[in-house]
Amino acid sequence: MPPIADFDQMSCPTPRRQHERVLLGHGSGGKLSADLIQRVFLKELGNDVLSSLEDSATLALGSLEPAVDDARSGPRIAFTTDSFVVKPLFFPGGDIGKLAVFGTVNDLAVVGATPLYLSAAFILEEGFEIELLRRIVISMRHACDQAGVTLVTGDTKVVDRGKGDEVFITTTGIGLHAANHALSIRNARPGDQIIVSGTIGDHGMTIMSTREGIEFETALQSDTAPLNDLTRAMLDACPSIRVMRDPTRGGVSSTLNELATASNVGILLDEASIPVRPEVHSACEMLGLDPMYVANEGKLIVVVAEQDCQSLMKVMKQHPLGRDAAVIGNVTADHAGMVVMRTLVGGQRVVTMLAGEQLPRIC
Amino acid sequence: MCLGIPGRVVETFIEHDVMMGKVDFGGVFKQVCLNLTPDAEVGKYVIVHVGFALQVIDESEAEKVFEFLQHMDDLQELRAGEEDANVEGAP
Amino acid sequence: MKFQAEYRDLVAAKKLQRAIGEIVTQPWTIMEVCGGQTHTIVRYGIDELLPDEVELVHGPGCPVCVTPLELIDKAIEIASCDDVIFCSFGDMLRVPGSRHDLFEIKASGGDVRIVYSPLDCLKVAEQNPDRTVVFFAVGFETTAPANAMAVWQAKKRRIDNFAVLVSHVLVPPAMESILSSPNHRVQGFLGAGHVCSVMGYEDYEPLATRYQVPIVVTGFEPVDLLEGIYRCVRMLEQGKIGVDNQYARAVKREGSRVAQGLIKEVFEVTDRKWRGIGTIPHSGFRLRSEYERFDAEQRFAVGDVQVRESSKCISGMVLQGIHKPHECPAFGKECTPEHPLGATMVSSEGACAAYYNYGRLLESHQPSCSSTLAGKPAIVPLPTD
Repeated sequence: MPPIADFDQMSCPTPRRQHERVLLGHGSGGKLSADLIQRVFLKELGNDVLSSLEDSATLALGSLEPAVDDARSGPRIAFTTDSFVVKPLFFPGGDIGKLAVFGTVNDLAVVGATPLYLSAAFILEEGFEIELLRRIVISMRHACDQAGVTLVTGDTKVVDRGKGDEVFITTTGIGLHAANHALSIRNARPGDQIIVSGTIGDHGMTIMSTREGIEFETALQSDTAPLNDLTRAMLDACPSIRVMRDPTRGGVSSTLNELATASNVGILLDEASIPVRPEVHSACEMLGLDPMYVANEGKLIVVVAEQDCQSLMKVMKQHPLGRDAAVIGNVTADHAGMVVMRTLVGGQRVVTMLAGEQLPRIC
Repeated sequence: MCLGIPGRVVETFIEHDVMMGKVDFGGVFKQVCLNLTPDAEVGKYVIVHVGFALQVIDESEAEKVFEFLQHMDDLQELRAGEEDANVEGAP
Repeated sequence: MKFQAEYRDLVAAKKLQRAIGEIVTQPWTIMEVCGGQTHTIVRYGIDELLPDEVELVHGPGCPVCVTPLELIDKAIEIASCDDVIFCSFGDMLRVPGSRHDLFEIKASGGDVRIVYSPLDCLKVAEQNPDRTVVFFAVGFETTAPANAMAVWQAKKRRIDNFAVLVSHVLVPPAMESILSSPNHRVQGFLGAGHVCSVMGYEDYEPLATRYQVPIVVTGFEPVDLLEGIYRCVRMLEQGKIGVDNQYARAVKREGSRVAQGLIKEVFEVTDRKWRGIGTIPHSGFRLRSEYERFDAEQRFAVGDVQVRESSKCISGMVLQGIHKPHECPAFGKECTPEHPLGATMVSSEGACAAYYNYGRLLESHQPSCSSTLAGKPAIVPLPTD
């Protein structure tokens, strides 16, 4: 066989560079999103409240200064905002309107607040059918009723045909904190247990099943749901909960990586204990995806002290949205900032943050 | 390379003169080209890669590793039994 | 899923782990050729289950890793054209070309789409008769029949607004080039199961004889990998050479004659450049002349793209098992999964990305950073970020 090229001269690379334009991956909730937030938003807008990167900001009323975690200065409100750009607008188990209400409700609920008021801003594309818009708005009304919140203000803008994608919705929410909860992504301690409230990846794989070029048939439904009733029951029963997060874009792995970094602790997961529906598992296998990175819209992750774990699990399992709750791992002093998984066959691997958009792969 | 996963053929049909099928991957259904596996019938399992069945799974071959492991267990027990016997036989 | 869950069983894995430990008496270096196997090894932490004597080397079997830079630049050039719908498997979109990747072309207005199957591209072509649909036909032998079928059908159904950018590579010539390299360390191979589902393993028998190595055709689940390693170690320990088939549920010696026929109808063997390795004779497919009107390189006249690659990356030697990822001066410094210098860091199953993550874990247990360069990943220096 003739000699091939000189191996010592071999190389394969490209110049490293930062992206000059926004990519889809910047919206994936993973590493690229985090980079964009750090490089652009926090650099220019960062302050004590924004830079804490909680799901909702906590603000003390009655004072002009924002006071994080300061229960003495009067009522504290939770304040959050979220935009919704889902395709298709209507999908098994929900629609963009439901998502827009529950998404913001959940961001308030997981910081321990009682969601009260929402605003909604609509960006509509010229030509969008008013009947479809009406269906979305009716769905939002039902969702508000279900979550016990009131939509009190809103805005509408219309962009030229082709300059938007039918409808985008931004919702903003205000909730009220109870007197003495101080949940924060920085509170996890070695020895704490990590619970997920149910099966992971349902929403993301439902959306994926409708995606052009990839579509598949399944009975899967989005898990979109308001978590405030569940979180209320949990906090009433177990005031020592340290952290709650809803693992939406970027999936459970990205949320746990954020948690490990913010609390400067390690996380050790047990793969066998992570609840995944068979259909989600199969669809992920088919496309070469990992459910740990797939979005959820009605699930939460809780970190709780070990001694309270069993009583909290009992409360969660009694609630319809926590029926499949499972302890999936624990917080460690080892490997701070990293999430490690004990795999099904007894090995270990590092579970990293989603790098860009999750892509179906052939290999 | 080459992600391939097992699924069960639930339906076959012809499209553009090519044998196609619907395959059940644990509750997820996808159309798959069966042209490369003429012996794929409804009920059989196939390995699918990028929408193409590559082979029909040989179910008797699939069992062999577990038979092998069982055999190893039996050997282990046998050996353990012999050791026990030796211990007992020792003065 | 049947034929999958049982191959991820902890008890079966533990038994095989013990069996490997019982038969091994000396150090062995085994290369898993296929990126899918590397993926399983990393995803399930299989390296860790092996005795110290068994070292796994991650081979060049990831089509994303070995697609040459020129082809990616050509893909980017074609995808940037107006009136083109550029379709690709998802993995290829993030791979950096000289200046951009396909995601950035999409962000700049290119119509770049992800497909699950090459046949989906024909549907897109029929729905968009006034545009040209170009499919990035990458892959090993496993993907070749699917890509061949798309071209064959396009011809038969007269779908003329369809073309393929072909970067097909073949496994046995790559294994041969590794074995014929004077520096190689590989003593046994795990053969790529799905490649063999299509091609069979007759071609591997002369390789095993000529280079005196055992080759075990192996599947992709953890139990498959452990059984493949067990069988390979057993052959090495007994001094046996030849081809063994661990993945008999999906691989026959002759492979799939139907698939091979389809490939022959559409493709012919040609020399191919492998990113990180160089040109390997007779190591790829190109379209036969009867199908050349579906060749995107001809249709878009992108035949002559000049590229220059950085001199820092040693992925070529990594892909051949000559060096470990952490021996690269750029590893973990200029080159990370977020800012890859080389494709072995880009792809989730690339050896460098795997080492990057695994090394971080071990380092956190051992704060004093060892600078030793040999052996298992236990001594990977900590990336500096």
